[in-house]
Amino acid sequence: MSKPDDAPKITSLADLFAVAYQIEADAVERYETLAAQMETHNNPELVAAFRDLARAEAIHRDEIRRLAGEIDVVEHARKVATWRRGESPEAIELGAAHYLMTPWHALQLALEGEKRALAFFASVVETTKDADVKKMAEEFVEEEAEHVNLVNRLLRKHPKPRDTWSDDPDPPNAQG
Amino acid sequence: MATLDMRLACKPADYKSDVKPIWCPGCGDYHVLMSFTRAFAELGLPPEQIVVVSGIGCSSRIPAYTSCYGFHGVHGRSLALAAGLKVTRPDLTVVVASGDGDGYSIGGNHFLHACRRNIDMTYVVMDNRIYGMTKGQPSPTTESEFDTALAPGGTGLRPFHPLVVALASGANFVARCFSGEPNETASILVEAIRHPGFSFVEILSPCVTFRPDEKEWKSLVHPAPVGPTNDPAKAARRIMTDDGFNIGILYRGDRKPFQPAFGTPTADVAALEKDFEL
Repeated sequence: MSKPDDAPKITSLADLFAVAYQIEADAVERYETLAAQMETHNNPELVAAFRDLARAEAIHRDEIRRLAGEIDVVEHARKVATWRRGESPEAIELGAAHYLMTPWHALQLALEGEKRALAFFASVVETTKDADVKKMAEEFVEEEAEHVNLVNRLLRKHPKPRDTWSDDPDPPNAQG
Repeated sequence: MATLDMRLACKPADYKSDVKPIWCPGCGDYHVLMSFTRAFAELGLPPEQIVVVSGIGCSSRIPAYTSCYGFHGVHGRSLALAAGLKVTRPDLTVVVASGDGDGYSIGGNHFLHACRRNIDMTYVVMDNRIYGMTKGQPSPTTESEFDTALAPGGTGLRPFHPLVVALASGANFVARCFSGEPNETASILVEAIRHPGFSFVEILSPCVTFRPDEKEWKSLVHPAPVGPTNDPAKAARRIMTDDGFNIGILYRGDRKPFQPAFGTPTADVAALEKDFEL
């Protein structure tokens, strides 16, 4: 996950767009990976949940690309949008997945990612000295705040499961 | 070495195959696969110049998930296969993938001699301290007190220390990574592949199904407090006294890789048959 000391340095609007693009692209990749895992493990409810999240992030990714106009965000992201030890804020942690997880768990992962992205752009607003970067980063903060609200609204439809959600009457630990 | 343009032209997705991994959700090996593809993209090598060789086990499924050449070999024999491949095709980049059971038990002897030979290849062991594919038997790196129905009260056996064994046996590069840090792991893999000789990279890769306690590794790992040394004695002392969760390059040796010299290949079938005459 993102660690404050290894986040990419943003010194221009091109850097900001590239990093924002990479954040959304990483989220799409992770949700698609998780959807594929759940498909393999026959959890169709989660396949649908992760595919929906991937689609939503893909819309955000493409919107950033459109906003960037002439800037080739894909190319620029490869040069500047790198986290050495941690990962981009919306890169969902694959280690948190479980074959019996529920949509509530998926949304919790999404919520954590959106909050990390919000904190990341808020830190850009606080630290940048470039007026254009600051203005655009403020827009990203507003957008991420809206994503947090959206996930919170979705969570109302998917209440927290009982503590026994991971109990499996036929567990994989057949020899344990 | 690949130029910046070549590196920028290669994307991690170029190294992924269409085969969907069947590891358990939450398995650390998903992150390792991600680190492989990121490292290959950073190196800017075409997939057809890379060979991923493996043995048997969950981790050894990895060649099928890449678009590189792959060889899913016999249990524990991946290093023997890879050594044969590398000495006959030194132009290829050879990466060997294994697990703690395949690599340290069934293939333990090959591990020692691969380090000793110092052939220019990279050995990646995804260590989850359990036999996951066969449902949770203790492996050579399982803690002695780890209690399961298969080893009630624990094995009582001292765990194998792969990094020290690698160092003592002559590995030219020794590193430890954590699967949950795929970017850091990818950059260490890049250095391991670039380093001449036998590079050994142990990746702590949790088995969330049979070792859910390993989810804690995320909070235990930390960067190695000092950079790599080229002094094996110093490296051995550091590795033997660390907490097992030091992440980074721990030893970078300068031993010359072993590459046997071959004569001109025999194109003439009759001459070849004559060589095999008893």
